[in-house]
Amino acid sequence: MSVIFLLLTVSTLVAGVFLLGFIWAVSRGQYDDDRSPAVRILLDDRVGPIQPSTDNEQP
Amino acid sequence: MIERFQYDNRIVKNFLFITILWGVVGMLVGLIAALQLVVPALNFSEWTTFGRLRPLHTNAVIFAFVGNAIFAGAYYSLQRLLKTRMFSDVLSKIHFWGWQLIIVSAAITLPLGMTQGKEYAELEWPIDIAIALVWVLFGINMFGTILKRRERHLYVAIWFYIATWVTVAMLHIVNSISIPVTLGKSYSWYAGVQDALVQWWYGHNAVAFFLTTPFLGLMYYFLPKAANRPVYSYKLSIIHFWSLIFIYIWAGPHHLLYSALPEWAQSLGVVFSVMLIAPSWGGMLNGLLTLRGAWDRVREDPVLKFFVVAVTCYGMATLEGPLLSIKFINSIAHFTDWIIAHVHIGGIGWNGFLTFGMVYWLVPRLFGTKLYSVKLANVHFWLGTLGIIFYAIPLYFAGFFQSLMWKQFTPDGFLVYKNFLDTLLEIKYAYWLRALGGSIYLIGAFVMVYNVVKTVKAGKLIANEDAEAPALEKVKVTGGHWHTWIERRPIQMLVFSLIAVAIGGIIEMVPTFLVKSNVPTISSVKPYTPLELQGRDIYVREGCYTCHSQMIRPFRSETERYGEYSKAGEFVYDHPFQWGSKRTGPDLHRVGGKYPHSWHYYHMWDPTTMSPGSLMPAYPHLLENALDTTTTRRKIEAMITLGVPYDPEFPAQANAELRQQGEGIVADLKKAGIETSSDREIIALIAYLQRVGTDIKAKPATVATAQ
Repeated sequence: MSVIFLLLTVSTLVAGVFLLGFIWAVSRGQYDDDRSPAVRILLDDRVGPIQPSTDNEQP
Repeated sequence: MIERFQYDNRIVKNFLFITILWGVVGMLVGLIAALQLVVPALNFSEWTTFGRLRPLHTNAVIFAFVGNAIFAGAYYSLQRLLKTRMFSDVLSKIHFWGWQLIIVSAAITLPLGMTQGKEYAELEWPIDIAIALVWVLFGINMFGTILKRRERHLYVAIWFYIATWVTVAMLHIVNSISIPVTLGKSYSWYAGVQDALVQWWYGHNAVAFFLTTPFLGLMYYFLPKAANRPVYSYKLSIIHFWSLIFIYIWAGPHHLLYSALPEWAQSLGVVFSVMLIAPSWGGMLNGLLTLRGAWDRVREDPVLKFFVVAVTCYGMATLEGPLLSIKFINSIAHFTDWIIAHVHIGGIGWNGFLTFGMVYWLVPRLFGTKLYSVKLANVHFWLGTLGIIFYAIPLYFAGFFQSLMWKQFTPDGFLVYKNFLDTLLEIKYAYWLRALGGSIYLIGAFVMVYNVVKTVKAGKLIANEDAEAPALEKVKVTGGHWHTWIERRPIQMLVFSLIAVAIGGIIEMVPTFLVKSNVPTISSVKPYTPLELQGRDIYVREGCYTCHSQMIRPFRSETERYGEYSKAGEFVYDHPFQWGSKRTGPDLHRVGGKYPHSWHYYHMWDPTTMSPGSLMPAYPHLLENALDTTTTRRKIEAMITLGVPYDPEFPAQANAELRQQGEGIVADLKKAGIETSSDREIIALIAYLQRVGTDIKAKPATVATAQ
């Protein structure tokens, strides 16, 4: 069952990475506002009316 | 300052179209496999038996259909959520083509029998390496996009994508570690119980982090967009995310209840599995409640209809999952078709319907037009829903009742259904109904293809979509001690402490595990002979584990039917383990010595000769194909590297011993009137089957006195 150490270590490591992510998110004020992000994604930032672009390749 | 830029829609379109293509292919293979279970003649050839098509089906729907759907949805939403084009168009293209190349190579190698023999991780090592590389490129592309974003806040969907990327990378690498023998053959680094634990840690988390978290990200983006209203509670979505990812990863052992895995590891898996109900249902309710006050629109809009059923299926599957991991329920459901029904609620309900909804929402937007026919989309919706019902309900019944049949005793204490096959034939009707459900579902998908083609023809791809957004201002780091930010937030502080304590606790536990290995060694368990090893590789190649388990649970009904229950120490030389997860046929762990060689010979040639009515495919090619003995030496050497105690001189004489053992079997077969030669594959397979699970029988005297 020694493989359990590998699994625990790796899992804990990943949990640690997520923890760092969480700390980062909170420290950067990602969650200070828990209302407007949900609304903001609904707004389109498209320019002008929907029209097939004439240039289909990379600009 | 307002900046103008363009979203890359072409990559989204590519991923979306290929999703549809692989989806149809994957479902078609699934339908063929389902029909093979009732009409064995449909196994056609040695390359298309159920044992080879089933991995092809699972790999196709998971990695090709769902995988490409994730990429399509993520590439669309990432750009818009972060208000920037993808980091690199070149990386996007390499990602796309690399992934498709992997899928094509899977579609070629799996029917050829190149497999690692571990569920959902069958692909051989060169493909595994390619997967890792492409995954890394995807990561660079995603994180690069995040770094150059114009939106400070990372919407919750992005967190789900990040968690997916990180965890899948880890799972894939750890589970795929193996020692190559040839280009198309490798042995898992781990053996027996350890391999089982790693595999199901992977298998469970593949469900969690490939089929669930990325799709939750898609749900949190596309559901609000389609409903045009914000998610019910953004706060809940954040809690949903963090609690889900911290709990999910510990639940794997619930796939191994009552197996030879140590009891404490099983219990740990159960506890975390039951805990998972909370975040899962939080997420489901959050999705459904987003539609509060908009249910009238659900009636009109097929996209929302698909999403509602998808989220409901997510809720059903995530309630059922924890229930199935409770030991008592698991003792009934495990190894039966109940599990097949369960995963398809998740697969065709949650993943399938969310993908379909996404397709109907995205295609008109990518092509600057309207959906060709809302009516046909509704037809697809109802066909799909009917398909799910016809698929799942018969299998729930079948699984439950077959399990009861396995466990039924007469008043005198004998098994009522002595012959396993009888219980299978009792539920054959359900297999037909399941195939019907699958067909209806597949027809629905074809309706979608038609609708999409018509829509695409009516529009023109907006390959680069103009957008504008203000540039991101640099944030100034405010003064104060570095951790003042958290001290101002008591709740977060508490959460951190708890997490820190939990991690600390786990680390403290490790030394106690280190004290002694939990796998008891059994002195009579010996390494396989070269011929048996070759035979075992044939067993793996043919995908026998897709229908036969090698794990007798400690229940009276199982020891009565199969023999002594399986012990952890019996599997120490099994690279990979072949416990299986489904019994369409009987368990094989004590098949060794149960029948004469000739029985196996005829049975592999045509199973119905020995077992009338059998639904097993015939393997006549094993009787004709010559065994490839050029690999024997390398295989034994690989095993020595993995710690199997062969003599260092042994690899050189392995083939001589192989031939000698083969001659013995041939001589025995001759007595039964069968003329064959010792270099046929069947001889190796017979040698292996006669060996399985016999090592502990080596001391019958002690067993007898112990009782």
